Amino acid sequence: MDFTLKIWRQNGPKDKGRFETYEIENITPETSFLEMLDILNQKLIKEGKSPVAFDHDCREGICGMCGLYINGRPHGPDDDITTCQLFMRKFKDGDTIVVEPWRAKAFPIIKDLIVDRSAFDKILQEGGYISVCTGEAPEANSILIPPEVAEEAMDAASCIGCGACVAACKNASAMLFVAAKVSHLALLPQGKIEAAKRVKAMIAKMDELGFGSCTNTRACEIECPKNISISHIARLNREFLKANF
Amino acid sequence: MKILDPKVPDVSIEKKWSTFKSSCKLVSPANKERLDIIVVGTGLAGASAAATLGELGYNVKIFCYQDSPRRAHSIAAQGGINAAKNYRNDGDSVYRLFLDTLKGGDYRSREANVYRLAEVSNAIIDQCVAQGIPFARDYAGYLDTRSFGGAQLARTFYARGQTGQQLLLGAYGALNRQIKEGKVKLYNRHDVLNIVIVNGRARGVIARDLVTGEIKRFSAHAVVLATGGYGNVYYLSTNAKGSNGSLIWRAYKKGAYFGNPCFVQIHPTCIPLHGDFQSKLTLMSESLRNDGRVWVPKNLEDAKKLQKGEIKANDIPEENRDYFLERRYPSYGNLVPRDIASRAVKERCDAGYGVNSTGLAVFLDFADSIKKLGKETIEKRYGNLFQMYEKITGDNPYETPMMIYPAIHYTMGGLWVDYLLMTTVPGLFAIGECNFSDHGANRLGASALMQGLADGYFILPYTIGHYLADMIKEKPLPTDIQEFDLAEKEVKEEIERLFSTSKTETVDYYHRKLGKIMWDYVGMSRTAEGLKKAIELIKELRSEFWKNVYVPEQPYTLNQELEKALRVADFMEMGELIAFDALHREESCGGHFREEYQTEEGECLRNDEKFAYVAAWEYQGLDKEPILNKDILEFKEVKLVQRSYK
Repeated sequence: MDFTLKIWRQNGPKDKGRFETYEIENITPETSFLEMLDILNQKLIKEGKSPVAFDHDCREGICGMCGLYINGRPHGPDDDITTCQLFMRKFKDGDTIVVEPWRAKAFPIIKDLIVDRSAFDKILQEGGYISVCTGEAPEANSILIPPEVAEEAMDAASCIGCGACVAACKNASAMLFVAAKVSHLALLPQGKIEAAKRVKAMIAKMDELGFGSCTNTRACEIECPKNISISHIARLNREFLKANF
Repeated sequence: MKILDPKVPDVSIEKKWSTFKSSCKLVSPANKERLDIIVVGTGLAGASAAATLGELGYNVKIFCYQDSPRRAHSIAAQGGINAAKNYRNDGDSVYRLFLDTLKGGDYRSREANVYRLAEVSNAIIDQCVAQGIPFARDYAGYLDTRSFGGAQLARTFYARGQTGQQLLLGAYGALNRQIKEGKVKLYNRHDVLNIVIVNGRARGVIARDLVTGEIKRFSAHAVVLATGGYGNVYYLSTNAKGSNGSLIWRAYKKGAYFGNPCFVQIHPTCIPLHGDFQSKLTLMSESLRNDGRVWVPKNLEDAKKLQKGEIKANDIPEENRDYFLERRYPSYGNLVPRDIASRAVKERCDAGYGVNSTGLAVFLDFADSIKKLGKETIEKRYGNLFQMYEKITGDNPYETPMMIYPAIHYTMGGLWVDYLLMTTVPGLFAIGECNFSDHGANRLGASALMQGLADGYFILPYTIGHYLADMIKEKPLPTDIQEFDLAEKEVKEEIERLFSTSKTETVDYYHRKLGKIMWDYVGMSRTAEGLKKAIELIKELRSEFWKNVYVPEQPYTLNQELEKALRVADFMEMGELIAFDALHREESCGGHFREEYQTEEGECLRNDEKFAYVAAWEYQGLDKEPILNKDILEFKEVKLVQRSYK
């Protein structure tokens, strides 16, 4: 398969950035999207050009490090996947593919397709945990949790922190990301004690870091590689109201 | 040759750890505040250690090469974590978990360490539940468990097929809390490239800021390595792309001994290779072997037709299928340990019974379980794994069997540590996969998570205190001293050397070539002749690499090719030591299979008289043979017998 790639190149946060066009040939359909970029980079290096910088690590859809905006969709044209789980068989021979970084004020571009997502870490540092020290825990089965509650908490806890929700949102809101953690912990008896403090602190941090507001367009839910439902945003809102009134 | 003293308390096995804990030196809270600890790596071991050390009051600096600690490759562990809770009343106990782990490791691990691991396993589950890990539960709300390879009971706790993710996010939460408290300082996007030794003690590190390319210095009273393993020597593996052995290698070159480097785990259930540009192999969790049956056709003609694509799995009638694990190992069946399953898969494929176009795959079939339990139950248990498989291969495993083949997965070998998890360099500790200690020659499934968290939450916080109690008078070390100058110079020289080559071939080109040599000669099946050849080939490749590697752009700026080049440069040396160790170990045990040493049935033939020791290699210089030191393994609790899973 042959493709025309239009890739966003930007030397640093202050550089203006621009699209560059590359032609790539003889790609097999089993090649993953990131492997296709590897092949492109090998070619660019040999031509004495600068390879495209992009984040990736586990390449099996769980670390959350990769994240490219491909043909107008976070993680590209397939459902419930991360960029590393996108395969070239999803494209047609001769396609033009447009590749951009996540675009959000709270995720400044570091270089080319790499963005700085440490804002997510900062939100979680505000309270995305249960404050238990090592050694304090009671016997595990002394805390019983109905399986349906554990399952729902697990749905929320599946978030990989990739930032697709922010990239998909027209307001660059981080509500789905924040909701996933708030909801996961608020559902569990262990997490209820700090629920009010947690939700207030995390929301305040989210606002401070420049993420936008949620207008319930559900774009985040559609693009979330782990299929996290916006019903968790509803729970976040409930928790927030409970905590404030 | 030296005989190493692992410093194990000389009391009965069940009293060793409690004796250590009640007699080790302590550091007072006021003194803890004056002590700095560097932790490298934010996986289960590193994150749990840093969080716990922060809680205790130490000042911790933690490093990861990724953008966030949550990305560490522990996140990709799927199946579960072992513990001896015996909730199912199926006969489990600390002692039995200890025995299973020791046997699974083919009697090449240290009894005292393995027992301690089993002993703290239950506290890990308690801790993780308290942190809000959403483990699977039964209808009444109690914790659920399942079976894993090498065990005849169900002691594996799990959170769908994402157990590693959930446990890591728990440890990451604990870490975040300490970051917020100001007790832990995080350095993300930093590659630690060297260790600084002052007056014989590990006192700091040199790191490269991956965003700016700047080389930075950090000092502390002790350094903890939690870097994970070195499976990426083989290029294709289930490791993350950035997983590397560089700091293990630096530590080795600075005087830490390298224990059993040849003990590498090859995982039987990975998605087979598809093409020349493949960048990694994806694991399909061992938990799948609870409900999936492994088979190939009985008749060679059927296999040939499958390879040509003329027939499909479902065209082969039941009576013409060979469930070879169930046939060869009736009492454990599909749940034999990984090394045994991998070799059995290889044996069938080598005999021509492989089922895909390359002939290098076998079936993992869920049809019987779906019939028995219903699709919904299977979906609940393995839904995300099935989805992952379908995305990669385009096949639907609910309708057609999965195809799997073994791949490099984990390294049991690593830095030699004593009972206190300290290397032979005072003040340099190694925890999790980067030490050699608990898994012998083969790790059982669901034990890596157990070890990472055991080391980080419950063992290191005690043992490092014992060491630091003697360091309380040491003031924070300035980084403008000669030792830091020298360590930084070493790093800069290597970086500059990488830019003064003929610039002919890319880093990936050399890494692939190295991986091919390692897989062909130092992989699942090894011979003296092949290993000698591998050593020669690696030497040649290494010199070619240093002459011709092409690292583009500038050194002191964001440069992902340079990051790779530095890692591959270390793999080029490490591969040779792995082969050298494999050559010296004239026996077969666990994942180390030497063709010359096998039973009539093709099983591992250990030589306990000659090789019941940990080979702890001491670096002598790149062109010199390393010195072999021995940590003699004494087995007081078990009688050494040939492992049988029949």
